[in-house]
Amino acid sequence: MIELSEVSKTFGQQPAVERLSLTVARGEFLVLLGASGSGKSTTLRLCNRLLEPDSGSIHFAGTDLRSFEPHVLRRRMGYAIQSVGLFPHWTVAQNIATVPQLLRWSKARIAARVEELLSLLHLDPATFKDRYPHALSGGQQQRVGVARALAAEPEVLLMDEPFGALDPVTRQALQEEIARIHRVAGTTILMVTHDVDEALRLADRLVLMQQGRVLQQGSPAALLAPPLDTKVAQMLGGRELGLRRLALQTVASRARPELASPGPSIAADANLREALDLMLQQACDHLNVHDAAGQPIGRLYLADLAEAGA
Amino acid sequence: MTIRNRVLLCLMLLGLPAALWLAFLAEAPNRLVSGQGQPLAHYLAGPRYLLLLPLIAWLAAVFARPSPRWQLCIIACSGAWLGGLTWLAGDAARSIAQTASPLARTSLGGAFWLLCLLGWLAAGDATARLPSSWVRRGQRQLWALLPLLPVLCLLASGQLDELSLLKEYHNRREVFTDALVAHLTLVLGALLPTLALGLPLGWSLYHRPLRQGPVLAVLNLVQTLPAIALFGLLIGPLAALAAAWPALGELGIQGVGAAPALIALTLYALLPITRSVLSGLVQVPATAREAATAMGLNGWQLFRQLELPLALPVLLAGLRLTVIQLIGLAMLAALVGAGGLGTLMFQGLASSALDLILLGVLPAAALTLLVDAGFKHWAANLKGALP
Repeated sequence: MIELSEVSKTFGQQPAVERLSLTVARGEFLVLLGASGSGKSTTLRLCNRLLEPDSGSIHFAGTDLRSFEPHVLRRRMGYAIQSVGLFPHWTVAQNIATVPQLLRWSKARIAARVEELLSLLHLDPATFKDRYPHALSGGQQQRVGVARALAAEPEVLLMDEPFGALDPVTRQALQEEIARIHRVAGTTILMVTHDVDEALRLADRLVLMQQGRVLQQGSPAALLAPPLDTKVAQMLGGRELGLRRLALQTVASRARPELASPGPSIAADANLREALDLMLQQACDHLNVHDAAGQPIGRLYLADLAEAGA
Repeated sequence: MTIRNRVLLCLMLLGLPAALWLAFLAEAPNRLVSGQGQPLAHYLAGPRYLLLLPLIAWLAAVFARPSPRWQLCIIACSGAWLGGLTWLAGDAARSIAQTASPLARTSLGGAFWLLCLLGWLAAGDATARLPSSWVRRGQRQLWALLPLLPVLCLLASGQLDELSLLKEYHNRREVFTDALVAHLTLVLGALLPTLALGLPLGWSLYHRPLRQGPVLAVLNLVQTLPAIALFGLLIGPLAALAAAWPALGELGIQGVGAAPALIALTLYALLPITRSVLSGLVQVPATAREAATAMGLNGWQLFRQLELPLALPVLLAGLRLTVIQLIGLAMLAALVGAGGLGTLMFQGLASSALDLILLGVLPAAALTLLVDAGFKHWAANLKGALP
């Protein structure tokens, strides 16, 4: 979908991105993770020509980026940023309709799309459609920002630390939202973040960036699997390497097919980190596991968790 | 009894000496001699004391618990007061005219102007105190103009025709009309090139911050030149141009006349317009701008859909000040032969005829008030304006 080859970009004397090659596959959720100044935002902004590379080439849907008119290209890509940037003088509905209106969709189609997106992001259309941005909470503003980015059914959604300014609860709710939208709509998403847990939770593929280069890439599980490069361990693990490994595995993957016994129970699609937390809270060394319908399907043991986190 | 409206009390106390000791009307044998002044009490008798009723209401309002109804009452009293005083002056002038010679003049004295001004200020203060649930945004200025209505009605009815000011008007009706038209032409004639230059200039300065310093410095420099000096400075070069190319002279580009006036006015107006465009654009949130660009708005769409609507309130405020400044500066255009209300004012000054001066000054002041109220009304009713 997007293909960067040998791309470099320098600001003044400071190289932001150096000979970077990266491919974003169609339908993929790709997360760029790195510290401030690692070049991840620059990479994102190169993709919709907010920045032009000094050297190297970028292709979108097989065509060189330079042969697109910038504004035509950008209308095919959604864009959501941490500061949201809603138009303060437009209502929520008008804000969401920005790109469809530029593409001259019919009024009826725009209205239908606005309703659909508001519902998709769990904002009641009747309540929020005619509000102005200043009358929304930070989380609601970001929901509208995401809805606006998705409005014209873009082929790619570019997100630059979209949830960085939100409180943990709202952030997690929106992360679940975006994961669901990705599953349902299959939109290709390229997201930049410095939040390790967010990256691990959302990414199909994770690209670790450092000083304008790709340090390593792969699926979250593969990146966390031993043996770990020290730099990667430092970036991804910190002091929670084992817990993060647990967070990537479901209860179902480690449950033993045994009969249920009295005691606490956990859903099969919960992750192992949540299971560990429950065991600690309940001071027990095993949990019953039940499926979505509530039927017991087995048991999970603390010893298995120790194995899974290693 | 506690004093609850200090402003009103203060205005009334200020009016007291004026009413007692300043001349309400001045009676003179002809238009050039300064006349014999008479205080307000001289003209009050019998039922005419009823004209003082608003004073009682105001006094009550000073001590009453403030409420929107009381403010409305103050405004209404202000209308009655202004109308009453004006009617009294007109009526006195008529009765004097029946006995005195046709050359005799009755002119408005200091007490009349001061009492009217104080009464009107009371209305202005009351309008400001009206709760916003009673007044739509931007309509306060219109409310403050209401007390002037009775005066305008009296003016139109001919009740005031024996006053010296109106006599000056009737003697020079055509000159006055020409002057008014010329004045408006000067203001509009300077405003159009100002907008044509200032809007793009402000926009381009916003996008090239490095040029802001030098360009604004030049515009500031123009602003510091005294207006009369600038008019004078332009006479030389324009006269030389007209001498070198007589065709230009035939088009009206001469050392004196409209050309130097329009150029000077445009130069003056350029700074406030450019500045207001600039500060209007500066307050467009950078994040909204970035999001707009990233969503694929092109330059014109960005301007039309984001920059213009968000900058417009500031821009209109700047435009309001600019037009008011132009109305004032255009008075001086008479000095370079460009006509306008200034002609009347300077003629009056030259012949020390106070009423002729007023004939030039009052319409300019009225224009200013109208423009001010009009622009504020417009700005407040902008579609999609932020609450």
